[in-house]
Amino acid sequence: MNDAPAPGREDDALRFFRSRFGLDDRSLSSALDTALERRIDYADLFFEHATQDSVSLEEGIVKSGDRHVEQGVGVRAQAGERQGYAHSDEVTVESMRLAASTARAISQAAGTPSPVPMSASTPRRDLYPVSRAPTDVPVGRKVALLDAIDRYARGLDPRVKQVMASVVSQHRTVLVAGSDGTLVGDVRPLVRVNVQVIAADPAGRREIGYCGTGGRFDLERLLEAEEWQHAAREAVRIATLNLAAEPCPAGTMDVVLGPGWPGILLHEAVGHGLEGDFNRKQTSAFSDRLGQRVATEGVTVIDDGTLAERRGSLNVDDEGTPTQRTVLIENGILRGYLQDRLNARLMGADPTGNGRRESYAHLPMPRMTNTFMLAGDEAPEDVLRSVKNGIYAVSFGGGQVDITSGKFVFSANEAYRIEDGRVGAPLVGATLIGNGPDVLTRVTRIGNDLALDRGVGTCGKDGQSVPVGVGLPTIRIDGITVGGTEG
Amino acid sequence: MSAPSPLAPGDVIERALERAKRAGADAADAVLVESEALEARVRGEEIDFVTQAREHTLGIRALVGGAAGFRSAITSTSDLSPEAVDRMAEETVALARATAEDPDAGIPEEGFAEDLPDLALFDAADRGVAVEARIEDARRAESAARAADARIANSEGSTVGSDFSHIVYGNSAGFLGQYDAASHSLYSEPIARANGSMQRDYWLTVARRLADLEEPGAVGRRAAERATRRLGGRRIPTCAVPVIFDPMTAPSLLGHLASCVNGYTVYREASFLAGRLHETVASSLVTVIDDGRRPGGLGSKPFDGEGLPTRRNVLVEKGRLDTYLLDSYAARKLGLRSTGSAARSAGSAPSAAPTNLWLQPGARTLEELIADTDRGLLVTELIGMGFNPVTGDYSRGAAGLWIEDGEIRYPVEEITIAGNLGEMLTAIDAVGSDLLWLGRIASPSLRVAEMMVAGT
Repeated sequence: MNDAPAPGREDDALRFFRSRFGLDDRSLSSALDTALERRIDYADLFFEHATQDSVSLEEGIVKSGDRHVEQGVGVRAQAGERQGYAHSDEVTVESMRLAASTARAISQAAGTPSPVPMSASTPRRDLYPVSRAPTDVPVGRKVALLDAIDRYARGLDPRVKQVMASVVSQHRTVLVAGSDGTLVGDVRPLVRVNVQVIAADPAGRREIGYCGTGGRFDLERLLEAEEWQHAAREAVRIATLNLAAEPCPAGTMDVVLGPGWPGILLHEAVGHGLEGDFNRKQTSAFSDRLGQRVATEGVTVIDDGTLAERRGSLNVDDEGTPTQRTVLIENGILRGYLQDRLNARLMGADPTGNGRRESYAHLPMPRMTNTFMLAGDEAPEDVLRSVKNGIYAVSFGGGQVDITSGKFVFSANEAYRIEDGRVGAPLVGATLIGNGPDVLTRVTRIGNDLALDRGVGTCGKDGQSVPVGVGLPTIRIDGITVGGTEG
Repeated sequence: MSAPSPLAPGDVIERALERAKRAGADAADAVLVESEALEARVRGEEIDFVTQAREHTLGIRALVGGAAGFRSAITSTSDLSPEAVDRMAEETVALARATAEDPDAGIPEEGFAEDLPDLALFDAADRGVAVEARIEDARRAESAARAADARIANSEGSTVGSDFSHIVYGNSAGFLGQYDAASHSLYSEPIARANGSMQRDYWLTVARRLADLEEPGAVGRRAAERATRRLGGRRIPTCAVPVIFDPMTAPSLLGHLASCVNGYTVYREASFLAGRLHETVASSLVTVIDDGRRPGGLGSKPFDGEGLPTRRNVLVEKGRLDTYLLDSYAARKLGLRSTGSAARSAGSAPSAAPTNLWLQPGARTLEELIADTDRGLLVTELIGMGFNPVTGDYSRGAAGLWIEDGEIRYPVEEITIAGNLGEMLTAIDAVGSDLLWLGRIASPSLRVAEMMVAGT
């Protein structure tokens, strides 16, 4: 299955689809013309070819490997707020034309095809060059990596009872052809190593620890000891730490979030609520609040799809718009929304390169890329020391938000009590719940230690999953509700 | 360009198995899923989107025998041309050779499904359903929701879906079976507004046959009622009180239970219920059944992901854990027999999963449960992922209705409920009569005697 294109720039994507499926400008134009036979504002074709492989280990052996090849085309037509979409896993002139006539059915009015000649855009940049597709790295090397992780993790602590590890490699090639002449492709590598450890103490208590690492770069980097040993050490540390964890208190308290992964707070509390679709429909708790204060002074939140090699980054989004750095909150004031083409057009705004989709089988919608808060100037130790009694949360599992009421939650898998400004006993399963438009107004201290997460985040919306990143400096939030079991 | 396969579905499977064998596989199985789907959303007066799709995916698993057991691998593709199938079968075998020998790997050798009962998984008459007719359902739900209450000011829309699939499974032990299934749904999500604050909620109906769907207007009205009753939500002081889960939220507890009695989490000792077989793990009011042959059930299928007949399994009987959910691999790991619970998608190895899982209803209505609660919480929505199957620790965001003196007083929000699933199951002191099927897992209302509610 070495039929994936050589990794590289946008024109490689174009060449790949041309040679593999015999696509030429004429067949693309003809499918778009079919869509435009009704009164349509915009139509596009999205081609995708993706190879993914994964190898996983448990009980000390690599029990299985899998490999998947997915390919297809989606044809979309937009008229006003309406979108028609049809997709097929057969990439043929016939299936494209059929899909186009299905997609255009959302408009009843006749139109006149006004084809804009297609011009391939020149490669602007490559945020994730790799020397070879991660799916082309021999599976034997991935198996050897997992064996090494297993031995290493078990050697770290005798309380380690179970090690589960996996390495996932993805190589995705996409091409967008739009009725405005857009013709742009992208070749996207994505790799990830996950390590999960179950530790048990002599009394029979069991706990789990997890750490992963990844991004859009050469798989070879994950094969370096420094990378995977860190993930294994973290998983073992969290599992064994939690063996001594105490029940978490319940109630409203002051919380310090550590740097990096706790940036999931921004993702849930404000990021989703600032996606253009919810604001165009006025279903978000942030609707009509541009220019208003939604955070304390000093809080600046950014969504940036242009960070090199990050899991949430893209050269162009899934509508062919180059990604960018978008200021969402500047010094506490709400400044911007995340837009795809449809919602930007309907709101009279510019697309921000956030039109993303899980695959050709899904409609694009506004999604985050890498979302983070800029650093402040306080030393993280001072932020911690400022809290008399509270909770220090440094690592989180999942979160969720109700964008209409603004209520969000996220759950810590590593948290501690803060007593007199010092980090105390570890706590079990703290869940934080708050109100998105309100929570950042409770940020009272911002550390100087901004960090991004380690590249394993996945965001779900409307049934679609896409890879994302988050980041945060150490911050203090006053008076947030912590869900524990101790009154 | 890739074209549709000239082979019939059964022939694709036969060819894949034969090629895998020729390439050196000692055992193999394959799944082919063909599907057609449509989905549409109406928001206000306007169509929001209409999508239509046709897809097919082939998955092949190859097992190569060695001194200590089988090595195995899985591949999947949507390219079903004979050349692609041949190439993929060979690659699956090559990939399998790179993995380790596993003494417990394998396919079942016998006991395959012989009878394929008609489980009412689709209605042939629904095949020709026009997208316009389904859009009309969405319009009716949407306009009913918007008309139901003056405070319904907006919505995320009303969405309909219909999908038809044909599933074929075959293996090198000689089993080849296939069946058709469909599912239709209608989901309405209105937004209520009052005093500058907004609340969303939803209602839905889902069934194997169009005729079994709830009337669209009723779906919209019910959704609107749920959204408006959340307006004016308050926070409450942190307290330990009885918590009632309604039929929308209670199934999530059964889902957590199912993950903890799943053979895979059990043999990995990643479940707090590992090693608890035949012990009392829940209150005597708790009987949990999984039945893969429930007529019209959304999780029903005549055979499981390994070709074994599906059946009725009583997981928990009056509080006693009677069986785990097992496919043949998890069964071998635990020295038990498969419960016919193998789930399988084209691209994945078999795993154990519930089919149609439910908690046996009791005799009392939800209203009676509320009247019987002095002071407590009725949970109508849960958010977040705060459940740890290894320890049973549970802590999730919640919204619902506050109960005082046996009556609903006001909506509450921005709270969490926390406990430990093992203790919660034991503390179930009331089970309602209102079992409601909206998916593959269903539950009547139930009450947990005490949980910690965190608020102000």
